[in-house]
Amino acid sequence: MSAEERTIATGVTVEPAQEAPAESEELLTINFGPHHPATHGVLRLLVTLRGEEVLDAHPYIGYVHTGIEKSCEDKSYWKVIPLVERMDYLAYYFNAMAFCMAVERLLDEEVPARAQYLRVIHCELNRIHSHLVWLGTSALDLGAISIFWYCFRERDKVLDLFEYSSGQRMHTRYVQVGGVIEDIPAGWAEKALAFTYEMEERVGQYEAMLDRNEIFLQRTKHVGIVPEQRLLALGVTGPLLRAAGNPWDLRKAAPYSSYDDFDFRIPVGTVGDCYDRYRVRVAEIRESCAIVRQAIEGLPEGPYITTNRKVALPPRHELATSMEALIHHFKLVTEGFRVPPGEAYLPIEGPRGELGCFVVADGSAKPARVHMRDPSFVNLQALREMVVGGYVADMITNLAMLDPILGGIDR
Amino acid sequence: MPDATGLELIAHDLGEQVPGSVTGTEHYRGIATLIVDPGRVVAALRWLRDTPNQAYAFLASLHGSDYLPESPRFGVHYELLNMDRVERLHVKALLEEPGDGELPELDSCVELFPTADFQERELYDMFGIRFRGHPDLRRILMPEEYEGWPQRRDFPVGGEPVLFTHNEHRTPRWYE
Amino acid sequence: MEIVRGHAGGPEDFRVRQLRARDLLRGDLAGTDLEAHVEQSVLTTTFERAVNWARSNALWPATFGLACCAIEMMSIVTARYDSARFGAEVFRASPRQADMLILSGRVSIKMAPIIRRIYDQMLEPKWVIAMGACSSSAGVFNNYALVAGADKFLPVDVHVPGCPPRPESLIHGILKLQRKVQGEPDLGWRTRYEAEGTEEVGEPAVPHGA
Repeated sequence: MSAEERTIATGVTVEPAQEAPAESEELLTINFGPHHPATHGVLRLLVTLRGEEVLDAHPYIGYVHTGIEKSCEDKSYWKVIPLVERMDYLAYYFNAMAFCMAVERLLDEEVPARAQYLRVIHCELNRIHSHLVWLGTSALDLGAISIFWYCFRERDKVLDLFEYSSGQRMHTRYVQVGGVIEDIPAGWAEKALAFTYEMEERVGQYEAMLDRNEIFLQRTKHVGIVPEQRLLALGVTGPLLRAAGNPWDLRKAAPYSSYDDFDFRIPVGTVGDCYDRYRVRVAEIRESCAIVRQAIEGLPEGPYITTNRKVALPPRHELATSMEALIHHFKLVTEGFRVPPGEAYLPIEGPRGELGCFVVADGSAKPARVHMRDPSFVNLQALREMVVGGYVADMITNLAMLDPILGGIDR
Repeated sequence: MPDATGLELIAHDLGEQVPGSVTGTEHYRGIATLIVDPGRVVAALRWLRDTPNQAYAFLASLHGSDYLPESPRFGVHYELLNMDRVERLHVKALLEEPGDGELPELDSCVELFPTADFQERELYDMFGIRFRGHPDLRRILMPEEYEGWPQRRDFPVGGEPVLFTHNEHRTPRWYE
Repeated sequence: MEIVRGHAGGPEDFRVRQLRARDLLRGDLAGTDLEAHVEQSVLTTTFERAVNWARSNALWPATFGLACCAIEMMSIVTARYDSARFGAEVFRASPRQADMLILSGRVSIKMAPIIRRIYDQMLEPKWVIAMGACSSSAGVFNNYALVAGADKFLPVDVHVPGCPPRPESLIHGILKLQRKVQGEPDLGWRTRYEAEGTEEVGEPAVPHGA
């Protein structure tokens, strides 16, 4: 492939591979993506191959860059929530939660206990959902096609719960600044509780299919090992770091939003290969089920959003009787609440690692800067080290177990 | 987070070891911020990472912001984390705009924290801040030949105007 | 753009056909009349309709997931929504083997030329469904980084609204596309959209349509 042909839409010329090829061998530089069934989104990898062996791999991203951070500067804080949700599009509750927690820190706003528990329940259900989609698509990449159907069957049950509580399957705008948008309807708690029991049983079935499956073991064992210190230097967090043996989890290390009320374990791997990453995520599904159960059983009474009318909309029935409620509603909907000047970076534990939101407030009703520290963006830097020296098939496995979400990477 | 006194201690020690690096501290809503001089950022980060009782060895995030119309205009933020004590330190370097179409420059910290690779490229792409010593500084999110620094405050949001009856006549044949 | 419905003429057409059919049965139709009758009523009408029926019920989508809508597109293949009942289960990775492009997700300016290239690689007849608000207009976003709607550089047949649309909405869109495919006997998106003259400049290696 000539250099001109390699400069496709991006106009980039790639430097040749470092080693000079021997006389009898030729190095092949191919484009892997952005349109490819196995890249989990529009990721482009420029891969240099010697036969089947990968010598070099460079990721090229930006194919779904939506300029969300720029759009957020144009909108009031309340309107930023739907935009920010669409970044990491499998972990939408987490995106909204990171942003809302950062704004609440700037406003110095207390979130009521019931709202915190509801946020935790929905976030953990979203974590289960994200891991199910990951497992389905990863197993599909590796050839275990029926897992895709099983995982999406469970995923639809989670989405049914989301639809029940907020009206939307994805991108629900459920988490708002100060709490959640609405209380859970009658019967939701029982359905969610029943779901957690069912989910644990199904997780057992997935494990029975994959854990000791010879083909799966051959594809994932001892593949993509990166030493833990190197992962820390590369800024990798989440299940990838936990698979390498480091039990770093923000829910335990720096608990936020009542996570310290719950009793759950952090699954940690030993070797740090793709098999450990798979085991860690599947075990996390079980732990999330436990958290949801404990949260539902211990759900406190109280308001589901802060009672500070300067920040949260008043309930509709008050608009008919109270003048202040009407004025608050008007001001919040048209202009929005103002946040005193300051900046805050607030990290939470998303399904892929540390999801942080950086908000700069300048005293007006619109944020001056919203930036998401997306875990997939930082974890992608580890891909090269995982992939170099392995085979092409191992590259697919590594990409699957890395769990990149291009919406979060490109924002 | 280091509390306010802890922050002052860090600032004091850093100011002694790397003279002229600390230009200010802020402690707001429980977040400790150290404002450092842009010329000595890498030395300050190295001290924070390598000193045994500081040991902020994890760079959680490297991001930027544009404070237009304030001056200095650009802020480069380093979120450091000490995993053992679970303490976060926010280090901020404020850059002036050089004027004349020149790009503001800062030393790259990729040798200290390899995680800064993509994140500095994103800062270059979005704000036009050039990092000296970065192995491969080119655009990462926008197309390579794109002109303009999108995240700057004076860059327009762009997009298409929404057509209403008062402006639809300006867009010929929009109905096709 | 008008939708040409298949041969559903008025009562005079029917009467003419009826008389010709009677003549055919009696053995009175012969020569060129007979050939014209056979060609018109048996081969052309029925054959084209059959082909269009087959095409519509076996629309193979190209795997083209861009963003959030892709997750809902993946779920139409799953057991609950099951697009296999409508023939659209086989997602082909290669655009040369697919005849439907479901643009699920936001179209950024970096991705637009690539989408166009994939569309050009698909073989006639091909159709495009713009799934979701972002590929129909700019969606929730309206900024420098997106192309406000894929129909700025691609002819789109069906727009499915939603953010993201429910899987049932997408299946509804596929069914609408099926009816469109059945109703339009002509092939080639250039004739369908009167886009003659949009061929690329320069001599292609293989002549178009060969």
